[in-house]
Amino acid sequence: MKGKRFKTGALLNQYWKHKELFILLVPALVFYIIFCYIPMQGIVIAFKDYKLMQGIWGSKWVGLANFKELFSTPSFFEILKNTVWISFLRLVFGFPAPIILALILNEVKHARYKKVVQTISYLPHFLSWVILAGVFQQLLSPSSGPVNAILTKFGIGQIYFLGDPRWFVFTIITTGIWQGVGWGTVIYLAAIAGIDPQMYEAVMLDGAGRWKQMRYITLPCLVPTITIILILNTGGILNAGFDQIMNMYNEGVYKVGDIIDTYVYRRGLEGMQYSFSTAVNLFKNVIGLGFVILTNSIAKKMGDSSLW
Amino acid sequence: MNLRRKNQHVNKIKISDMVIYLFLALFSLTILFPFWNLFVKSISAADAGIVDALQMWPKKISSFNYKYVLTNRYIWSGYRETILRASVGTVLSVTVTAMGAYALSKKNLPNRNLWTTVVLIPMFFSGGMIPSYLWMVDLHLINNRLALILPGLVSSYNLIIMRNFFMAIPDSLEESAKIDGAGSIRIFFSIVIPISKAVLATVGLWVLVGHWNAWFDAMIYMRDADKLPLQVVLRRILLEGTQQMMDLNSTDTNHITPDTLKAATTFVCMLPIMCVYPFVQKYFVKGVIIGSLKG
Repeated sequence: MKGKRFKTGALLNQYWKHKELFILLVPALVFYIIFCYIPMQGIVIAFKDYKLMQGIWGSKWVGLANFKELFSTPSFFEILKNTVWISFLRLVFGFPAPIILALILNEVKHARYKKVVQTISYLPHFLSWVILAGVFQQLLSPSSGPVNAILTKFGIGQIYFLGDPRWFVFTIITTGIWQGVGWGTVIYLAAIAGIDPQMYEAVMLDGAGRWKQMRYITLPCLVPTITIILILNTGGILNAGFDQIMNMYNEGVYKVGDIIDTYVYRRGLEGMQYSFSTAVNLFKNVIGLGFVILTNSIAKKMGDSSLW
Repeated sequence: MNLRRKNQHVNKIKISDMVIYLFLALFSLTILFPFWNLFVKSISAADAGIVDALQMWPKKISSFNYKYVLTNRYIWSGYRETILRASVGTVLSVTVTAMGAYALSKKNLPNRNLWTTVVLIPMFFSGGMIPSYLWMVDLHLINNRLALILPGLVSSYNLIIMRNFFMAIPDSLEESAKIDGAGSIRIFFSIVIPISKAVLATVGLWVLVGHWNAWFDAMIYMRDADKLPLQVVLRRILLEGTQQMMDLNSTDTNHITPDTLKAATTFVCMLPIMCVYPFVQKYFVKGVIIGSLKG
């Protein structure tokens, strides 16, 4: 007892001694408490029947009823399937794209040309999905969009890229790649820049051309970076791209395009089913956290760079 | 024989170079074409109609669309709100983040590990959309401009990047000030800030562009039409087809916003970023590289 008091006293002394340092931290701490930790407590409404009038703590406890409802709602499995499917397709098609582009950019000897292409490729990254959705609305419009004009010329006929459930996911994936491929190269180009030039000189003495240099030097040196980014992307499997889908989907494509986040928004904020949608969100966060911890520990085992 | 083989080799390289240059030129066109198409539409007269959607230049150039967009008061109020949230939000964010990051970078901060954990947890777990929204209602921040600034004030990711930067500053720089009796707060503002411009600029630009592009928070927290930032105004015009936002004749409710007007509005909204990003991209690139090395 006495020892403990002594310890607290010593600690308080420490705070007093370094009070200026602590004062610098206080605004950030206040922020974290008010805007991160207090909302976390709000998760309890997933286990309650939340009524606006009764407040978070006054509402009735219902145990796991919201989760029972969740697992007995067929549409929940549909959105879960959509979420994982869209993420999976992004991984399969979107993940290799920046690697390939970085390898190609690396072959450009003309520094200025390379710079111009890079700068152009970054443009979509700096624009919001609201703006990009506007751009694609015009580009893919069945009546006045150039893409459909070309398709018609080739006799394929009009395709409602954003309105046809058969095409929506394709459109989301393609436009997603278009938006992210340029910016995605940054990390790979940085890794390539870090490769020891002596390695290239060594194989060049053996007469290796550019293809062989890429195959035997550049690509193997990129493997650690590729592995880690792949693993980290897998961790985000339940994030299928809220910003993009919220701005590009419509009622006609809910069947294929509705993901967990958009579902939570519609049921929760539009439908005011606060408890139910918090349960959906909690389900997503817990599974998502599991994935992140799992993938990150794999990344940690494989290399030295991980999230913590 | 030997010479000929060498020549062939040279030729081969040239062809592969050409393929690469051509491919990248096509790729750049793929990125630029949608914006060009939008631009062409935005300067086309609506009544000329776009018969051939493939045209690379308008049939009839008209400045009508832009004139019309610039008479839309919601575009102006949108710009005002966006500039307001971006400037105030960025200054506040960078200040609070840097202060916190500096404190966490010092070994003699009491309970340093505990406070670092407090900062890290929200990176992996959050209350989610609904609890955050209900809490904002409780705080009476709905329809208040602070709702666009405070909930995203500090990002743990940015804070950690800044902390790592501050940790790399040699102690000797601060020693002399300490001997002169300066406290941590004075050292931070008069010594650390001036030598940390690079990281402050990087994080500041991230936050700034983030504010400029943010739309969801304003969409759910703001009620008054004239308090909506640019992105939400644009979203209403483009996606929800709201006539009120287009400032068209209120009697004419069935009127659909013409494509040409939508195109001009989109262009007016993206112009600032389009002009600025080529000059600031290097800070973003630097930031990604710092972030990836943090280990």
